[in-house]
Amino acid sequence: MSLCDLKLQDKAIIKNINHSENIKRRLYDMGLTEGAIVKLILESPSKLIKGYLIRDSLIAIRNCDAEKILVSDIYG
Amino acid sequence: MVKKKIALIGNPNVGKSTLFNQLTGMHQHTGNWSGKTVGVAVGTYKDLEIYDLPGTYSLIPHSKEEEITSDFIINQDYDLALIICDATILERNLNLVLQTLEVTNNVILCLNMMDEVEKYGFKIDIEKLSRILHIKVVSMSAKRKEGIDDLITAINTFNSQKSFQVNYDDVIEDSINYLLPFVNSRFEAVKNIINLKSDNSKINDQLKIISSHFLSNNIKPLELVMNAIYRKCEDITNLVITKTKKFNRHKKIDKILTNKITGIPIMILMLMAILYISIQGANYPSDLLFNFFMWLKNIMNDFLLNICIPKCIVSLLIDGVYQVLTWVIAVMLPPMAIFFPLFTLLEDLGILPRIAFNLDGYFQKSNACGKQALTMCMGFGCNAVGVTNARIIDSPRERLLAILTNSFIPCNGRFPSLIAIISMFFVVKSNIFNSIINVLILTLGILLSIIITFIVNKILSITILRGMPSFFVLELPPYRKPQILKIILRSIFDRTLFVLGRAIIVAIPAGIIIWLCANIYINDSNIINIVSNFLNPFAKFIGLDGTILFAFILGFPANEIVIPIIMMSYLSTSTIIDVGNLSVMNDVLINNGWNIVTAICVIIFILFHFPCSTTMLTIKKETGSFKWTILSFILPLVIGIILCFIVSHIL
Repeated sequence: MSLCDLKLQDKAIIKNINHSENIKRRLYDMGLTEGAIVKLILESPSKLIKGYLIRDSLIAIRNCDAEKILVSDIYG
Repeated sequence: MVKKKIALIGNPNVGKSTLFNQLTGMHQHTGNWSGKTVGVAVGTYKDLEIYDLPGTYSLIPHSKEEEITSDFIINQDYDLALIICDATILERNLNLVLQTLEVTNNVILCLNMMDEVEKYGFKIDIEKLSRILHIKVVSMSAKRKEGIDDLITAINTFNSQKSFQVNYDDVIEDSINYLLPFVNSRFEAVKNIINLKSDNSKINDQLKIISSHFLSNNIKPLELVMNAIYRKCEDITNLVITKTKKFNRHKKIDKILTNKITGIPIMILMLMAILYISIQGANYPSDLLFNFFMWLKNIMNDFLLNICIPKCIVSLLIDGVYQVLTWVIAVMLPPMAIFFPLFTLLEDLGILPRIAFNLDGYFQKSNACGKQALTMCMGFGCNAVGVTNARIIDSPRERLLAILTNSFIPCNGRFPSLIAIISMFFVVKSNIFNSIINVLILTLGILLSIIITFIVNKILSITILRGMPSFFVLELPPYRKPQILKIILRSIFDRTLFVLGRAIIVAIPAGIIIWLCANIYINDSNIINIVSNFLNPFAKFIGLDGTILFAFILGFPANEIVIPIIMMSYLSTSTIIDVGNLSVMNDVLINNGWNIVTAICVIIFILFHFPCSTTMLTIKKETGSFKWTILSFILPLVIGIILCFIVSHIL
């Protein structure tokens, strides 16, 4: 499953980031790496962009970008 | 005495600039360094020379600003790198720390915002962190000015020692060792391995070998390096942090501010409140300035005449240059001096990223990004500032969209004209209804601006700026108590004076030109009349008249003076004038053929004509291209002409 399938308050582990190297650099900057724990905690009014808690900071990622970030099954 | 050179680095929003300002105060200047023309703030504190490098998440850069910091840390000579971290998000901040330790052992780590850590329900074992990293760690709160003395002591007593190193996977370590003889630091090697290219021609052959090895074994160096670093960040954080109580980082207020029903209305209300306060609050100081400049004008006039300067020169200087210059200052300064501090307050509170978050979905549909909402909001204050602020947008295409469409948003300079025209031409008997209708029509105008912005975004992005919306990621920092004094200083120096300075530069020649147009007569009519008559047929065609159109052209330096020029032309005075009373003004306009359709067309044309000269200069500076500057001129003009034409022929 991918990051954008998470429901509010769901937690998961990043497995694979299917983005170009350039985009990966920016995701890594935000602490989003393979193995990082993410939790969906905020939805925007349009629901097209969502806020994830990653390494204690709140990072907003668009659904169209989150689609290409694969995560483990939900836990916790 | 040789000063110790200190490089100040840290993620964005960690209080780096607060610390820099507290240390160096007014002893700052912009410095360059070898081979780079990029300016970086340099300040001195006693025997320290401190370089305030742009905030960065990583030394593996993907933006120009980050490249500056990365280049400085990796390639320049300095005595000490001072890393500022936000202690409340230590784990992610450690990424930059571990990378820097790969470049140099001369590092001091400052954990800022320690006052908040306890509130967040955990403790950081500073001693242990220092032992693990083998560097001095200082705990502080720059905002409360705590821990700064400790920091200075740490700098003065600094001893270099072998610091902590990340162990990468074998394949990466092997490559590092292979390159190490040719480069200055482990991290320079790492950066080259990730980029697989280098400015250093000595290692091109080595990189080729590494590159082909990676390729044939499907090894992804960036992934391996970053995953290794972050794994270490996790390990270290787990060792030094102890939870003391349960704390929910996610505040309830976010639920309200980003709520589907309440989020957007709250933000619109905030913007309206700011605009209302700026416009209303500016009236009194504006009048004061006007009166002061008038008083000074009479004195200067008499003085110049007394020292026998010819009358026409005095008139050129006083009625031309002085009048226009002071007019622009009196009208422009007060609303901006109110608007920008209020806006900076929102910025400091952490509300601006939430606005971008709320609106990104809608901007996405027009192939733009949510941060454009912020540049548009800035545009309400001043389009030039809005254009400069487009720097916050990383991807070039979305940034260009924000720059090109910014002038669709009416700035503080245009609001007074809009309000004056609306209240003159859309009057109803009852007073209460009046102000409601005023607000409604103004809102309609702003709505039109926003709709046109979306349409133009969409059209540009499927034509000359073709391409999919680029990647967009946004950090939503925690809400923080703002520092009022800092806000006022920063917004006045960085924004208000910046705009005022540029406006003054263009107001002086404009004053001369306007005076010449009003006072040079050819066959009994002045240049204004001649040009207005010439423009009249076209202007009538789009529902305006020649005088109005010429006033817009003469008002190119500053939108504030468009209506005064119109009044000057209708009343044939030798300088721009303030009629003072709206009903007198209304009579003058109606006597000169204005009706409700003219009023609507003028409102549209105020919203869409061409950006003022200050904004154009800024666009040229920000895009570095004549092509985009010219497009930013033509775009609103064509839209304005088309809309005015349609309105004047339908109504």
